[in-house]
Amino acid sequence: MDLNTATFKDISSAVKTKKISSLEVSQFFLKKIKGHDSKLNSYITINDKVEDEAREIDTRLSRGEDVGPLAGVPFGIKDMFCTKGLKTTAASRILENFIPPYDATVVARLKSAGITVLGKLNLDEFAMGSSNETSYFGPTKNPWNLECVPGGSSGGSAAAQAARLSAGTLGTDTGGSIRQPASFCGVVGVKPTYGRVSRYGIVSYASSLDQAGPMVSCVEDAALTLEVISGRDERDATTSNHNVPAFSANLKEDLRGVKIGLMKEYMTDGLDADVQKTLDLAIEAAKKQGAEIVEVSVPLTAQAVPMYYLIASSEASSNLARYDGIKYGYRTPSSSLAAMDLDQFYQKTRGEGFGKEVQRRIIIGTYCLSSGYYDAYYAKACQVRRLLSEQYTQAFKQCDVILSPVTTSPAFKIGGRISDPLAMYLNDIFTVATNLAGLPGMSVPYGRSSGGLPIGIQLTAAHFDEQKMLNVGYSLQQTSPEKWKVANV
Amino acid sequence: MSSTGNFRGYVAVIGLEIHAQLKTASKMFCRDSTEFEAGDNENTSPVSVGMPGTLPVVNAKAIEYSVKAGLALGCEIRKKSVFSRKNYFYPDLPKGYQISQYDEPLCEHGKVTFHLDGQNHSISITRAHMEEDAGKSIHHGEYTLINYNRSGMPLLEIVSGPDMRTPAEAAEYARTVRKILRYLDVCDGNLEEGSLRCDCNVSVRKSEQDEFGTKVEIKNVNSFRFVEKAIEFEIDRQIDAIERGEKILQETRLWDPDKNRTFAMRTKENAQDYRYFPEPDLLPVIITPEMIEKFRKDLPELPLDRAQRFMAENGLPEYDALVLTAEKEVADYFEATAKVAGNAKAASNWIMTELLRELNQAEKSIAQSPIKPQQLGQMVALIEKGTISGKIGKQVFQEMWQSGKNPEDIIKEKNLVQISDSSAIEKMIDEVLAANTQQVADYRGGRTKLFGFFVGAVMKASKGQANPDMVNKVLLEKLKG
Repeated sequence: MDLNTATFKDISSAVKTKKISSLEVSQFFLKKIKGHDSKLNSYITINDKVEDEAREIDTRLSRGEDVGPLAGVPFGIKDMFCTKGLKTTAASRILENFIPPYDATVVARLKSAGITVLGKLNLDEFAMGSSNETSYFGPTKNPWNLECVPGGSSGGSAAAQAARLSAGTLGTDTGGSIRQPASFCGVVGVKPTYGRVSRYGIVSYASSLDQAGPMVSCVEDAALTLEVISGRDERDATTSNHNVPAFSANLKEDLRGVKIGLMKEYMTDGLDADVQKTLDLAIEAAKKQGAEIVEVSVPLTAQAVPMYYLIASSEASSNLARYDGIKYGYRTPSSSLAAMDLDQFYQKTRGEGFGKEVQRRIIIGTYCLSSGYYDAYYAKACQVRRLLSEQYTQAFKQCDVILSPVTTSPAFKIGGRISDPLAMYLNDIFTVATNLAGLPGMSVPYGRSSGGLPIGIQLTAAHFDEQKMLNVGYSLQQTSPEKWKVANV
Repeated sequence: MSSTGNFRGYVAVIGLEIHAQLKTASKMFCRDSTEFEAGDNENTSPVSVGMPGTLPVVNAKAIEYSVKAGLALGCEIRKKSVFSRKNYFYPDLPKGYQISQYDEPLCEHGKVTFHLDGQNHSISITRAHMEEDAGKSIHHGEYTLINYNRSGMPLLEIVSGPDMRTPAEAAEYARTVRKILRYLDVCDGNLEEGSLRCDCNVSVRKSEQDEFGTKVEIKNVNSFRFVEKAIEFEIDRQIDAIERGEKILQETRLWDPDKNRTFAMRTKENAQDYRYFPEPDLLPVIITPEMIEKFRKDLPELPLDRAQRFMAENGLPEYDALVLTAEKEVADYFEATAKVAGNAKAASNWIMTELLRELNQAEKSIAQSPIKPQQLGQMVALIEKGTISGKIGKQVFQEMWQSGKNPEDIIKEKNLVQISDSSAIEKMIDEVLAANTQQVADYRGGRTKLFGFFVGAVMKASKGQANPDMVNKVLLEKLKG
């Protein structure tokens, strides 16, 4: 079995039937990480207990226990998920040495389904960024071109997965942080419906937008992961009681009777030629599989980027207040404590602990929530957000899944946009509306630029309609020239 | 100090914010225990110390208690209420924000009524909302320690209208709210332990002036007596300042119970901007009419209603009814006693004079009383039946207090049964008259005041057990000669 091209099902059945041990599987990936990750910088922390975890799974299997559907599948976890006993940094100096005494619910569910944890993956600091350049631990490189960004914020997950430095990874998506890097690196990334997956134990960035999801090599693996991590969690009041379908068993490539919407607002002239070409190919392929193509419109998506930055920054300014140097995390050196008052202590601790982009968003958010500005900014953005959601509901009366580009262009050069925040924010133009409306979305690799960089196709569905979206993704995957490409680094 | 609300030509305007800690087993948003005696930072968890990624989940019991309190305080209950974040930095606030309710509180527009100085007082409740408590900072000069046991404790903040005009009225309002919460069994109302905290908002204005003066908030007032004293002090301080031509600062002051004064804690000149916004980690709280009906049915009889019933059903005077209903446990005790006693007023007298005095001296609560209501009721019934006299009753009561025994057993053991056998009484009287011939002659000669002497002698001879009514009657007959 070639572990570079083995699905989760392949791996777990091989491990369960003892064709290969869980230990061997984990060691394969561990070796790849140790051999190649110095070029990518996709891992912040390698789990030095991963071999013990793998042995434990082998032991349990030898005792005849049912280890679960992901038996022996090694995962890399974005460093936004708390992992019990394993450092969780959010790529920030302020949490540089934080070791949580608990697992995020998603991590706990994956562990009880049989995964091993290879380590923690790089990201933009507190998931604030679209390029992985804001990480305190240095930028991650795109494995297809080391001069390019992998996207962000789940750039470490996308890069590691594209280079198969993991069998699967977890990402989080607040405004496109799974889909955009998945597109930039050529992997499958799924952002579930808001409320589908528990946020408990995921470092909060913007509570009303954050969702966790798989970033993996194929739609089957995404569907299986989603099955495991979805569902009501008593620790997260915003999770839904919705029934979780057997996503992976239900996958079908036949698209007869499926209506695919093309959203007027996203079919712009400003697209990169390679992105446009990829989009056209995907539409043709969907038609051939029997899908009916219809035009839909969600006019308020034009305002999605400012809406997103107002709401996300406002929530972030409050969510990040807990990093104050009092209870855990970075604290300004104590030699000078005696001379400081409390305000100075906070200013120094947070000024030294947070990077520039995080500080920028905290300041924007604080401003938006301030009395006198609240109504004009935060409250207004929330109102428009509700209208946007209604427009999407109307659009999904006319179609099952909306097909669109993920980004306007393929991955850009490291350093190319970092000094221009506005250009960086506009990078999220096709992805943020999905989060604002709480919809599920995914990116499927479907093309490649003339420069050799992957290009994905974005699919969006109505609330809790992941199955339809996954089916379209599965169908496209069959015709994709980019199906399961592993980057050699 | 005025009891009418006129202070040297000024009117005081007083409003109270009462923070009631709800008596739930776990905290507002996580499963930490709420036990008071726990060691430092023992009642904590990743949620209550605000670790990354942890999320709040609302305690359903806290909502139930808050709705019940709202109903008992005459409030309207919002169908949909919303938790908000109140953002500010302080070391004992682990998340950097407090989860509270802001523009859509659970309870609004209520009213509390009580009697004071022979008048009915009605104070409006502006709102009552749920929130979590912060931890506790313990300052040690050079350094500060923080105990997060209190972090996340469920609170109901009850905000009155600016309706009170005297310190006594404010204190009585606070007592009434406490009484109601204790009747509902949703808050233990312990001011020393901080499970009930009272912030007083006070301003003064010239009697002829309509608009309110600048408001000052007094914190750290941990008894009802201090509510009264702190407000008294503050009214005087503010009037003095105005008379000197000074401006009242909008500020928070702390009550110093040792020095009997308030002192400035911080001014609100550059008031904090708390940047309230709806808590995105929680869904709105939805209260259906069915839930409200269910909670309403569960409500116990409230103190004022109960006092009125005691007056109407048991014929108690208003004074008795109010004293007996001040604490739910006392009212329960009274009802249980009266049922067995058969005479409610007699039961009331025994509780109010003998029992409450003994409990007070022994510093015991009524739940700790060695005499159970059943026993006291039986004793009163025995007096009613004439088995023992009231005087013997006092002796029996003391025995019961000491030993906890049943009254019948004590009466039997000590042979205290009242003698109502007329031949036995006649015999005793004959012996007394025979032994006091001179006094008999004097009595018959017109010194009728001696009657008391004969009664005393007979009672003494009977060791107090003779039925006094019968002694009187027979003695009168015999002395006529």
